[in-house]
Amino acid sequence: MADEQETLEQIYRDEWGRIVATLIRLLGSFELAEEAAQEAFAVALEQWPRQGVPANARAWLIATARHKAIDALRRKTRWEDGVDPDALAALAETPAFAMEEDGVAVEDDRLRLIFTCCHPALNREAQVALTLRTLCGLTTEQIAKAFLAPLATMAQRLVRAKQKIRDAGIPYRTPPRAELKERLEAVLLVVYLVFNEGYNAAGEGRALSEEAIRLGRVLNELLPAEAEVRGLLALMLLQDARRAARRGGDGELILLEDQDRRLWSRPAMDEGLSLAESALRGGPGPYSVQAAIAAVHAQAASAGQTDWAQIAGLYDVLLQMQPSPVVELNRAAAVAMAEGCAAGLRLLDGLEERGELRGYYLLPSARADLLRRLERWAEAAQAYREALSMVGQDAERRFLAGRLAEVDARSGLARGEP
Amino acid sequence: MQYLLLIYNAESQWNGMTPAENAKMHQEFGAFTQGIIASGNFKGGNQLHPTTKATTVRVKDGKKLVTDGPFAETKEQLGGYYLIEAADLDEATAIAARIPSAGMGPIEVRPIVAMERP
Repeated sequence: MADEQETLEQIYRDEWGRIVATLIRLLGSFELAEEAAQEAFAVALEQWPRQGVPANARAWLIATARHKAIDALRRKTRWEDGVDPDALAALAETPAFAMEEDGVAVEDDRLRLIFTCCHPALNREAQVALTLRTLCGLTTEQIAKAFLAPLATMAQRLVRAKQKIRDAGIPYRTPPRAELKERLEAVLLVVYLVFNEGYNAAGEGRALSEEAIRLGRVLNELLPAEAEVRGLLALMLLQDARRAARRGGDGELILLEDQDRRLWSRPAMDEGLSLAESALRGGPGPYSVQAAIAAVHAQAASAGQTDWAQIAGLYDVLLQMQPSPVVELNRAAAVAMAEGCAAGLRLLDGLEERGELRGYYLLPSARADLLRRLERWAEAAQAYREALSMVGQDAERRFLAGRLAEVDARSGLARGEP
Repeated sequence: MQYLLLIYNAESQWNGMTPAENAKMHQEFGAFTQGIIASGNFKGGNQLHPTTKATTVRVKDGKKLVTDGPFAETKEQLGGYYLIEAADLDEATAIAARIPSAGMGPIEVRPIVAMERP
């Protein structure tokens, strides 16, 4: 019984997106497809513990969902207008085995679904929620919880997104080759946002990172020629590999340089490294270059033995592709390690003068760190105070407060106070 | 599906055009319109007089109130529209992007509510 339950959960995770994607194509409706898939899994939950798991679980689920969809469509045709009779006919005529055995069509459906969920006519929040709901099969409750949003807000976000897809005529289609690169950017961004949401959350948020990595793997399967897909997957794996070392016993943040590298996950590192290499060979894009930076860290036995010059160089490449003050900030930190804190400080001063990062706590926090290394305690303390006044998250706040206490003490010592 | 493409521009930009630039823009609009007539997408469309010639009507407690000017002062104003037939939103936005003035101001793409016709 427990076994069936586990099998069903595994199948739900593996098959939900495929089943919904195919049903959407056949039904022309996100809502109906989700309902039908949900009902099919409900039937499975009831029958499998008694009758055992069918030999071909996916075929069984698709066939069941199809019956449920036909029932639902017939009910709707009877009670309300506006149901597409073509959809009903198409569904009734498509034998379930054809849906299941036509592997290529099924994979195409999933790709269609990914691009539709991440269509630029939907706002970013809707893209993220829709992807997690329809492709990953997370419940509305789970998504709301993960994003610390009220359930009603998340439910409404999903309903509105589906209404827009229907009423504005957002096509259920993989974009033509000429637009693929541009549209893929939005898809990769959604996946990386989901990953970061999970990566930065303590505890339960972990599930989101896992979903993002799963999505990355699906994309990599579906678009094997796209180097940036490999780059993103590599980046996520390399970052996720450091997870166990990234927080201390009380959930406090541990910086890369202070992490116990024995806690890094070797299998994830190895997989990430080989993907990063393959991504870079495919022509460098922003994710591939970020993966390469993560790879340099992964290969260093300690922070001191890191090839910081190479990291600074990779940030130069990234800056050219994606000019951004945040990338400049990261580059400054790498330059500080490679050429000395004074060189890094000069770059930070320049950034501060331009004012683009005003209010972003990582700028004063990076400054504070370099001043601390230079043993300019009083200035470091001031910069930590500034960073603390801007930071929102608890773990970061505690980290900064700890550092501030440390440099405050040193600053007192330097002035000859007891 | 049918979509209304609402063409927004800063009117000051139009007023600042030289006669030659203006003539060129009109010619481009003509060619664009002919193009979407030929492709079967065109359902209708017009250029509007500027908002200086707009009149706003409001009805309050059954009483008609007429005022000079547009209903809201905005940075960009509605300057014209096309009603088009398109397979989906992607086709509609592709057509919208080809509108000659699209480089000067945004085009809002609004799906038309399909009416049940007996």
